[in-house]
Amino acid sequence: MDTAPANDRPDDQRQLDRSDYAEVQASAEFGELRGAHRSFAFPLTVAFVSWYLLYVLLSNYADGFMGTKVVGHINVALVFGLAQFLTTFLIAWWYSRHAAAKLDPRAQAIKSRLEERS
Amino acid sequence: MSAHLLAAESASDNRPLIVTLFAVFVVATLVITVWAGRQTKDATDFYAGGRQFTGFQNGLAISGDYMSAASFLGIAGAIALAGYDGFLYSIGFLVAWLVALLLVAEPLRNSGRYTMGDVLAYRMRQRPVRTAAGVSTIVVSIFYLLAQMAGAGVLVSLLLGITSEAGKILIVVLVGVVMMLYVTIGGMKGTTWVQMVKAVLLIAGTLLITFLVLLKFNFNISDLLGEAAKNSGIGESFLEPGLKYGVNATTKLDFISLGIALVLGTAGLPHILIRFYTVPTARAARNSVNWAIGIIGLFYLMTIALGFGAAALLKHDDIIASNKSGNTAAPLLAEEIGGGPDSTGGAILLAVISAVAFATILAVVAGLTLASSSSFAHDLYANVIRKGKATQQEEISAARWATVGIGTVAVVLGVFARDLNVAGLVALAFAVAASANLPTILYSLFWKRFTTQGALWSIYGGLISSVFLVLFSPVVSGKETSMFPDVDFHWFPLENPGLISIPLGFMLGWLGTIVSKEQPDKEKYAELEVRSLTGHGAH
Repeated sequence: MDTAPANDRPDDQRQLDRSDYAEVQASAEFGELRGAHRSFAFPLTVAFVSWYLLYVLLSNYADGFMGTKVVGHINVALVFGLAQFLTTFLIAWWYSRHAAAKLDPRAQAIKSRLEERS
Repeated sequence: MSAHLLAAESASDNRPLIVTLFAVFVVATLVITVWAGRQTKDATDFYAGGRQFTGFQNGLAISGDYMSAASFLGIAGAIALAGYDGFLYSIGFLVAWLVALLLVAEPLRNSGRYTMGDVLAYRMRQRPVRTAAGVSTIVVSIFYLLAQMAGAGVLVSLLLGITSEAGKILIVVLVGVVMMLYVTIGGMKGTTWVQMVKAVLLIAGTLLITFLVLLKFNFNISDLLGEAAKNSGIGESFLEPGLKYGVNATTKLDFISLGIALVLGTAGLPHILIRFYTVPTARAARNSVNWAIGIIGLFYLMTIALGFGAAALLKHDDIIASNKSGNTAAPLLAEEIGGGPDSTGGAILLAVISAVAFATILAVVAGLTLASSSSFAHDLYANVIRKGKATQQEEISAARWATVGIGTVAVVLGVFARDLNVAGLVALAFAVAASANLPTILYSLFWKRFTTQGALWSIYGGLISSVFLVLFSPVVSGKETSMFPDVDFHWFPLENPGLISIPLGFMLGWLGTIVSKEQPDKEKYAELEVRSLTGHGAH
């Protein structure tokens, strides 16, 4: 059985017993923090990956549609590509707003309490 | 007259200017490196730049680390030759950052210390998982290095009009030596500053070319695209998907494979992941990703102007004659837009853009070398070989020697990879990263049942399958643009293995876990989860 080498573990900064982490992990407060992250990040990941794959598949199998002219020489494919840029910027902004409002305060509260305890 | 001859001829006139700009960049960055090296005292300085960088600084450095020769030379070339299909790279490379932002950057920053292996091995048996993480880090980085070295050889030999094989090899060796100096002397601090300087130069250079290209078309993008379609000799279908990947059912699958590899690869790239350790908090890590998304997004938007600009203003045959895969389209465009091969403006712009591309390559190879030598020293040497008993000084010294070793390997391989499209080569690194690293990162952070066996199956399974498929793909043999064009032992039809190897990596991680007899360590997972979400005990 391998044991964690001394300099590999955050021993220098970890002053809690391992069972304390299990206790925190089971707490309602931590459950809320985890839920606030997962219920936001997981569905959003599925959404943007699907949206991106839709773009890839349309490029492959719907070239007629993608080649449709919108304005001048600008076609649906280019607009679709630019829309991917736009949604990426928007999702990054949205997640950061969510994190600042819902994740950071909760994480900070739990962290301070853990530090008091040790 | 072909562009290659033109460039070689004009290069002979402009050689002093180009060499001077290259030399200025190298000397300036080496001064920074020596300065950073003096402040590098302990392991945290060497591996993580002392964790003193701000979110903005790190965002800039991430951009410098990420926008490689593949982005600048490869995508411009891919769009210039394959039209719209080349643009997929830009989109995939950018969207991929959301995976890093939403799932990886913050928990990694909170729970790791110096390497990707820190997080992968956190709740597993240390030695086998660290060994796997170290091997995978080094393989992914070497794939990526190969692409950068290929870019360096092509670019510099074109610019300096070097046509002899010995000359080209010398250039690759030179790049290798400079990069080894950056990393061994400056560590993460020096590398970070080199990457920041490079990001500013690259954005400035690209803005300039974009502005001049758009100026030529009175800022009418539609006219630019129309001219590109006409001048390409292909017509409107140049602006539509399918030119390169729509040929038949196999190439369409290749397109999907590439698309998946691009979007899932970024968050598994070790040289990107270790950048998150250079900031003090998870919040700063999030800010750095946001800055990076902004900067990188702006840059990839400009690849439209670079690529279609090259298609509109250069002759297709000239682009091909200069480099079969189009890797020199961007510098040739700079020369054209500055007034053409015989003008002073053309000469200056060619020199400036070449210096920017050269800076780009140096900064990225430094980041890659640092990631792989860090992993060698911290994961393999300190924790596996010495079982955690090595001192910090011994660890850093091992990292420095590893830098020399990995640099040498990269130089040797780079000599063989000169004619491959560098964007395609980087896409392979993304596929390997997405197959071998991403599944284990995500399972480790979010799946409480995940076990050591699952981690090992996933890392080795993803790694071996992706490398194996590449080996028997047209990238290595059987085609004119292959690494070994004169032999043909390929049987795997796709150029990118991601379509098979990425699902396989995820599947093996799951399978290895559910069939393993070991019980997951619940307490260690509790510790990892609490720390990764709250930042408690973060270094």
